[in-house]
Amino acid sequence: MKVTVKYFGLVAEAADKSEEVMELSEILTASELKKQCLEGLAITDKDSVQIAVNQNLDDAITIKDGDEVALLPPFAGG
Amino acid sequence: MSRYDRQIKLTEVGMEGQQKLRNAKVLLVGVGGLGCPAAMYLAGAGVGKIGLMDHDKVDMSNLHRQVLFQESDVGKSKAVVSKERLEKQNSEVEYEVYEEPLTMANAENIINQYDVVLDGTDNFETKYLINDACILADKPWVFASIYKNEGQLSVFNFQNGPTYRCLFPKSTRQNISCEATGVLGVLPGILGTLQAAEVLKIILGKGEVLSGKLKLINMMQASEQTIKINKRPAEVEKIRKNGIAPVYIDCDLKNKEHWYLDVREVFEQPKPKGKKVLSIPMGDLMARYQEIPNNQEVFVFCQSGKRSKNAIEILKNEFGFHNLKNVEGGIETIIDG
Repeated sequence: MKVTVKYFGLVAEAADKSEEVMELSEILTASELKKQCLEGLAITDKDSVQIAVNQNLDDAITIKDGDEVALLPPFAGG
Repeated sequence: MSRYDRQIKLTEVGMEGQQKLRNAKVLLVGVGGLGCPAAMYLAGAGVGKIGLMDHDKVDMSNLHRQVLFQESDVGKSKAVVSKERLEKQNSEVEYEVYEEPLTMANAENIINQYDVVLDGTDNFETKYLINDACILADKPWVFASIYKNEGQLSVFNFQNGPTYRCLFPKSTRQNISCEATGVLGVLPGILGTLQAAEVLKIILGKGEVLSGKLKLINMMQASEQTIKINKRPAEVEKIRKNGIAPVYIDCDLKNKEHWYLDVREVFEQPKPKGKKVLSIPMGDLMARYQEIPNNQEVFVFCQSGKRSKNAIEILKNEFGFHNLKNVEGGIETIIDG
């Protein structure tokens, strides 16, 4: 199963990429996928990062083949 | 020819819409990179009253993006200068200056006097504060934030729609400002202008308001996308029931054995953690001095070391404290890490 993951802000910077296609071998919920993507990244307060699946904020949904996922940290600057 | 002729010609505005703008009151919290362009377009459009709230002073490093200010304004109050500048642009608008930050104490009262709030702030504490106060006052607010070349935009609490807590129920300590990361002036220019556009649609009651949606803009990639935000009713109910829930950015102090007295206002950050850190803002010292230990050394700090020096003078002269030491250089010098 293939999913496209888009990274934003600090997360994109920590991951050193803004987008990738991931091959998933197991069934994951959005929050499990978020945990996997953020693992090892130098980000404090990972709980603040939200996940959108197919442009919908939802961390309980089960990821399907072809889904587009976005990892959104809050921004503070103005 | 009328000043507003070109917009009155639009079917979405007309004479009726212009009157709505004339009757509208908009509060700008923060007159910086986002607030400056927003203020100029709202003043231009003939919004009846604009509140300009900023406790900061103009710095040379602001000028590349904070388009209301000029070189001769450096060192002056942003709120005051922006009023003077906007009055030259449109003297028909009423401007109210607030040279103070938005706080737990004043937020609800000030926001109640306006129809819409535009968020031009650069920190999470104030964004959550605006959010909560707008829930309590039942007012919509137009949010924008920036990280380097990216921006986020949404309208919260609009006609019972989702709020900032529905998007980000959990805050982060990574309170990174444009000062820290760098930003091209055009990005807050774009976001602030889009915020003004949302304000105008809300006032006019026309078009599609960006409520329940988060717009993400990447200026360098010339890309944007929109994410749907669902309401989390429990988050909103919590605020309605318990009032404003302050969000603090915390930090550790190097020495955990010492007693500390923080004389800054409660909104100032970062907030040190620890049982031996007392927080008593300058204005409350007279009422709360008895909370301060007088039999052991207490280190008094503020942001820069100036207010804490004054606080020590007051506590010494008025109440006979002789155990207070000033932290010269302010909080940054005693933070761990």
